[in-house]
Amino acid sequence: MRRFSQLFDELDARTATTAKVDALKRYFAEAPDADAAWAVYFLAGGKPRQGVPAGVLRALACARAGIDDWLFEECYQAVGDLAETIAHVLPPATAPSDVGLAEWVEQRLLPLRELAPQQQAERVARYWDELAPTGRFLLTKLIGGGFRVGVSRLLVQRALAEHAGVDAKLVAQRMMGFTDKAARPDAARYRALVAAEGAGAAAPSGQPYPFFLAHALDAPLETFDARLGPPSAWLVEWKYDGIRAQVVKRAGRTWIWSRGEDLVTERFPEVEAVAQALPDGTVLDGEILAWKDDRPAPFALLQRRIGRKALTRKVLADAPVVFVAYDVLEWEGADVRSLPQWKRRQLLEGPAVATVSPAVHAATWGELAALREQSRERGVEGFMLKHREARYGTGRTKAEGTWWKWKIGPLSVDGILVYAQAGHGRRASVYTDYTFAVWNRAPRDAAEAQAAIDAIAAREPAAPGALQLVPFAKAYSGLTDEEFRAVDRIVRQTTVEKFGPVRSLRPTLVFELGFEGINRSARHRSGIAVRFPRMLRMRADKPLHEADTLAVLEAMLGE
Amino acid sequence: MDLVIERAEGLYCPPGDFYLDPWRPVDRAVITHAHGDHARPGNGHYLAAAPAAGVMRARLGGDIALQTLAYGETLEHRGVRLSLHPAGHVLGSAQVRLEHQGRVWVVSGDYYVSGPGDLNDTCAPFEPVRCDCFITESTFGLPVYRWRPQREVFGAIDAWWRANAEAGRASLLMGYAFGKAQRLLAGVDAGIGPIVVHGAVRALNRAYEAAGVALPPTLHLSEVEDRRVLRRALVVAPPSVHHGPWVRRFGDASDAFASGWMQLRGARRRRAVDRGFVLSDHADWPGLQRAIAATGAERVIVTHGYEAVMVRWLQSQGLQASAFRTEYDDERDDAQEPRGADDPAGEPAA
Repeated sequence: MRRFSQLFDELDARTATTAKVDALKRYFAEAPDADAAWAVYFLAGGKPRQGVPAGVLRALACARAGIDDWLFEECYQAVGDLAETIAHVLPPATAPSDVGLAEWVEQRLLPLRELAPQQQAERVARYWDELAPTGRFLLTKLIGGGFRVGVSRLLVQRALAEHAGVDAKLVAQRMMGFTDKAARPDAARYRALVAAEGAGAAAPSGQPYPFFLAHALDAPLETFDARLGPPSAWLVEWKYDGIRAQVVKRAGRTWIWSRGEDLVTERFPEVEAVAQALPDGTVLDGEILAWKDDRPAPFALLQRRIGRKALTRKVLADAPVVFVAYDVLEWEGADVRSLPQWKRRQLLEGPAVATVSPAVHAATWGELAALREQSRERGVEGFMLKHREARYGTGRTKAEGTWWKWKIGPLSVDGILVYAQAGHGRRASVYTDYTFAVWNRAPRDAAEAQAAIDAIAAREPAAPGALQLVPFAKAYSGLTDEEFRAVDRIVRQTTVEKFGPVRSLRPTLVFELGFEGINRSARHRSGIAVRFPRMLRMRADKPLHEADTLAVLEAMLGE
Repeated sequence: MDLVIERAEGLYCPPGDFYLDPWRPVDRAVITHAHGDHARPGNGHYLAAAPAAGVMRARLGGDIALQTLAYGETLEHRGVRLSLHPAGHVLGSAQVRLEHQGRVWVVSGDYYVSGPGDLNDTCAPFEPVRCDCFITESTFGLPVYRWRPQREVFGAIDAWWRANAEAGRASLLMGYAFGKAQRLLAGVDAGIGPIVVHGAVRALNRAYEAAGVALPPTLHLSEVEDRRVLRRALVVAPPSVHHGPWVRRFGDASDAFASGWMQLRGARRRRAVDRGFVLSDHADWPGLQRAIAATGAERVIVTHGYEAVMVRWLQSQGLQASAFRTEYDDERDDAQEPRGADDPAGEPAA
């Protein structure tokens, strides 16, 4: 754990990519294989199941530190992270140890789940007492199931590749499924990751390929011709909002992998049936979608299905899914990712192996832009543009060719900041989580709006029927660090009341808010729920009385 | 009668008719230490500890009406017996002891108390003073603030510097110019390489040396003839230089910040430096508790920092506790640059 703690500190502190890669390489060179296997697993996003509930850890930490829960809560509000708070409030370790990461995980962490609460508490307390603050922080994160670190999977792959002297793409492929929930890293699997090229590192039979990811295209239409050339150079498809998946059929068996590299074969029997019909030696890339009335159903329906433990007949009937294929990665047993896009598309369309995402044809970008306006009715998010000569790359790279996602603009309204709460992690102690409101009706003029604001500042309840602000959305993304700092200052200056971690404010700021969808909701005071709200920009130019109204939101419901 | 109350100008002693660290100009001001938020310009008369004189004059001007007292020396003023006692925070920092009609109050100013044996080598160590009422700071008044032994922290700084020097890159170590910088200089292993200091730091080093505090030899940039020297150098500078033109001359230097706030990961990440060293000139949570207990005070008044938390905690420990609202800097983190950090006159400490 000492070595892994040191690696974590270095990764957490260093801002330069090369410094991070160097730290990883040093670790791989020094750590025993069994420890390195777990390190790769955690760094690449693998998560063991939660060993002990957060509430139990918190209560135990309070008892060990001799503090009351209110004081722990104050600490948590300042720190913004439960595991870090625990690491700091505990008294210094009295029985330091130097047990390796693999032993920590296999002998100590994983068995915790099976123990009675009393035993759990005794063991965790003992473990804490062996570790320095970073070690405690990591241990608590791992026990609580919330470990995250600021390195990308690609970076881990690059470090492994440089350490082992093999191609990073090969490492990426070997790593597919490494963090699958059902998998358990060990020294042998780690050695397979870093084995010399061609040296008995044959892929397990169900292994998928690393997903190729698209870049967002956010440019004015007029620049498309200059930037992209004519539409004929591109394969244009609708962009679906489902679960990205690879379907693997080899040696009579099928596997379905999600983009999170979880094996989800059993979750989607409809897709498995499609996969069964594929010829051996086929891997398709595509999207799993809930499908109703001949079009994709909203993602919420798919989400409900993912949430169900048992796939009863009713669940299957309520949210039937389809697999829409848009690429072929392996064909007749051969890796075809280096073929150009148009050729892979030919293979895909050839013998009618699966439902294929239709290609959209148009002579000009203008025509496509007009078609794109139908996205909401079609239940899609816009277009995907794939260069006809693009090979299938690894991750979010452009080296092999380009995929663009050309999404429709979000719905947007101008809302007024009314509550703020401090963020977590890097944003702990900075007010970054905001609640926004719209007017219940249009203010007659600036004076009427000001009177309503003054009433809020004076903590006077609004009279029935009077002009007032109705909170409708929370957002915490979309501003730069600098903008957040500026808003944080204003939050502190305009606080009216504090409710625990939340501050109510004298309204002074208007923001343009974007969101992906809007629905009626009985659970919200405004009667409205928006999906993926975020801040598009601060509207310093906009006076409060010109912010939007509830009527504007209701008009967007499109009923 | 309370010996210290809040007034618009600052903390005030009614029987003595003087102020303590006032934030608005007054006639008579007792100053606990020379940081900009405690020692402000414009007061008629200043009273401070003798070792603070050089820094006070350097920051507030040579012509201020300044009277000094040696630590422990007493002064009678309108029936109030006043004396100053070391606070361990920076050179010349003092707690103010006030005695009037048999009652004793102590105003702590900022102070440093941490683990046993952890002392600030650049000033006299905190001295517990028995009193009836103790007015304490609370900058780090949360149980998450617990400092590691300082030899461990300096060991980490030395190791970082040594590794950088071996790799041929400068080590830019940022800390407040008054107090933190000198403590860093006194604590590092000066044998590792040359030490370069920013002008703001150098001005205060002189005041420290004049007061008899031993600091290792340092270079000003203008004295560095061979630029290659910089690749092995430790560069000590105030935080305001970060990302500015002054640091560009050091090329791909590794940067670090030394402050108590670096204890928390969020603060470290916001700073965006390679390393955050947790080194503070303020008491940590156990230090605050120890200092308060050592006064034997039954009544505690908490100022600048986590007042509400400390008040509730002290009450739960059976003490009579309340808070004063002051205008000393109590930045809860380092997200914002301290006021004029490279201007020695306007800089709070952490």
